[in-house]
Amino acid sequence: MTQPLKKECQSNYKISFQWKDLNLFVDLAGEFGLKNLNAFTEEIKREISRQKTQSMTFDLSGICYLDSAAALALVQIEKESVSRNIPCRLINLSDEAKGIFSVIHEDALTHLPIHAEKSGEGVISQMGQASIYLARDFVNFVTFIGELLVALAYTLRHPRTLRGKDVLFYVRRAGVDGLPIVALIGLLMGLIMAFMSYLQFRQFGANIYVPALVSFAMVKELGPIMTAILVAGRSGSAFAAEIGTMVVNEEVDALQTMSFDPVRFLAIPKVLATVIVVPILTIYADLAGILGGMIIGITSLDLTVKTYITQSMKTIQVFDVVTSLVKAAVFAGLISAIGCQRGFQVRSGAQDVGKYTTSAVVAAIFLIVLTDSIFAVMLYYVKRYSII
Amino acid sequence: METSKNTPIITVKNLTARFGNNIVFEDVSFEVNKGEVLVIVGESGCGKSTLLRIMIGLQKPTAGQVLFQGTDIINAREEDLHLYRQNIGVLFQSGALFSSMTIKENIALPLSEYTDLSSDTIDQIIKMKLGMVNLAGYENHHPSELSGGMRKRAGIARAMALDPSVLFFDELSAGLDPVTAVELDNLIIKTNEALGTTMVIVTHELESIYKIAHRVLMLDKEAKGMIAEGKPMELKEKATDPRVKSFFLRQLPSASAEQRFYDN
Repeated sequence: MTQPLKKECQSNYKISFQWKDLNLFVDLAGEFGLKNLNAFTEEIKREISRQKTQSMTFDLSGICYLDSAAALALVQIEKESVSRNIPCRLINLSDEAKGIFSVIHEDALTHLPIHAEKSGEGVISQMGQASIYLARDFVNFVTFIGELLVALAYTLRHPRTLRGKDVLFYVRRAGVDGLPIVALIGLLMGLIMAFMSYLQFRQFGANIYVPALVSFAMVKELGPIMTAILVAGRSGSAFAAEIGTMVVNEEVDALQTMSFDPVRFLAIPKVLATVIVVPILTIYADLAGILGGMIIGITSLDLTVKTYITQSMKTIQVFDVVTSLVKAAVFAGLISAIGCQRGFQVRSGAQDVGKYTTSAVVAAIFLIVLTDSIFAVMLYYVKRYSII
Repeated sequence: METSKNTPIITVKNLTARFGNNIVFEDVSFEVNKGEVLVIVGESGCGKSTLLRIMIGLQKPTAGQVLFQGTDIINAREEDLHLYRQNIGVLFQSGALFSSMTIKENIALPLSEYTDLSSDTIDQIIKMKLGMVNLAGYENHHPSELSGGMRKRAGIARAMALDPSVLFFDELSAGLDPVTAVELDNLIIKTNEALGTTMVIVTHELESIYKIAHRVLMLDKEAKGMIAEGKPMELKEKATDPRVKSFFLRQLPSASAEQRFYDN
């Protein structure tokens, strides 16, 4: 709070000290505020500490500008001297100055400076808490998957309750709108892979295996994983942010009071749409990757389009394509489920929305990689023992 | 304004709400009579919104019961809770309209979910509801295109879509200009008188309270429960409890509530 006390005010402050025996008289004149707070308090304290003092009197009649911070500093000087049994008085306060002094709360004088509370926990305790948090997070996610499956079963039994319009909306959002970036990244991956493998293979004349490597890697691993990571970044985060904002705006509460199941109403269309589009996007990513490899094959490896396609087709088996699409669908389910679950975890405020949106992407990528590892081991044994 | 009937439609029995060790309120009991406008007041943090959330089934209390026409909704089976929710309408503080839908779609949502009416009939009902809240012609607007007061009115239209027997309002006039607040008050009175809808309202606005309330309940943070119940003017004029008087007379409980270094 700042308030000019007089219209004509000299720009700086002036302090006159007068000693009468051991009594100090301080005349204050000019401006006293935040900009010169340190300077004038230092000057006054220096004078007080110069010699023994019996009493102090501060004459405020010459002050033409005083703000609340300067008033607080003067009151603190007064309190300090009183605590040392040195009587101290502030005299000749104008009505305006009294008004400014009246806003000083006792708390500001008696409490210690504010420091942010430091967590006094050790590394072990913090690790323990993080472990508990992770365990709870896992339980929450599993519970949500359960709720999602119940809602999905209900939707399958009552297909009319499915909000088809919403499903189509998210198909467009997650699929059609995401197609250009998925195709572009797929193409570049194919290009890079073909070029790097060409540099190695040409040393022992094995250029003919470049198409096989590119198509095998794209279909088996890179296509599904890369598409899933892109969808997690684009759509998983969007799902979390959208539902989180709805929680903050009480829209989810409104749904519940209207007896709608928020999971069925908000999550099911998103999950279904993602499970439909991610395998399709994966096919596009695979084709784009093979096309990227083909560009290098034709321009650098002297291969014809026909040779490149034949070599690629020799490598890819139906089993690989099917498992790749199954993997993509599982990734899609995980991405959308974690996105929706994180959205429902939001409690209040924009900060919470940001926190859970980030968490949705990080958790989705982690789950994608983890699930891919499980698939890799599982498919190895499936093929080895020819279950399929 | 007097309620014509004194039949309880909602009975709250010994309700207690706690968050960890923090007691919000304890042993709160009261009844909401059919057709009355009951206003819940109290300082911030006294548990008004928690009480409302428990009454609409969004939150479980630590102990106690909320009976709707004799059925406990706290421990109700899913089907009973489902039925209860179709009998109530809620207006949240922000309106809580679904931002991705138009006003028409917002109001149509409960109608298409819980009735087998044709789309033409639903359209007619939507027009009627919007007309009731003076928003005729705004069917195809999105909530973001409306002002705060209009969003609240649209929220009321959605809450009234299924002609519920009880309407709940959280912070009815919060953030509204005085004229819009009066419009909402008039809408509440008109709806209550015309349709006989029971209303439970959480608000701080004294002018609104005097105008719309048949009965007022006052919660207190320190007492952790209900400290007054009665008609608003009676509470204003006859209350002896200093906390009730200070609320209705807009005064601080005591003049020297805060210690100042230099008081004028």
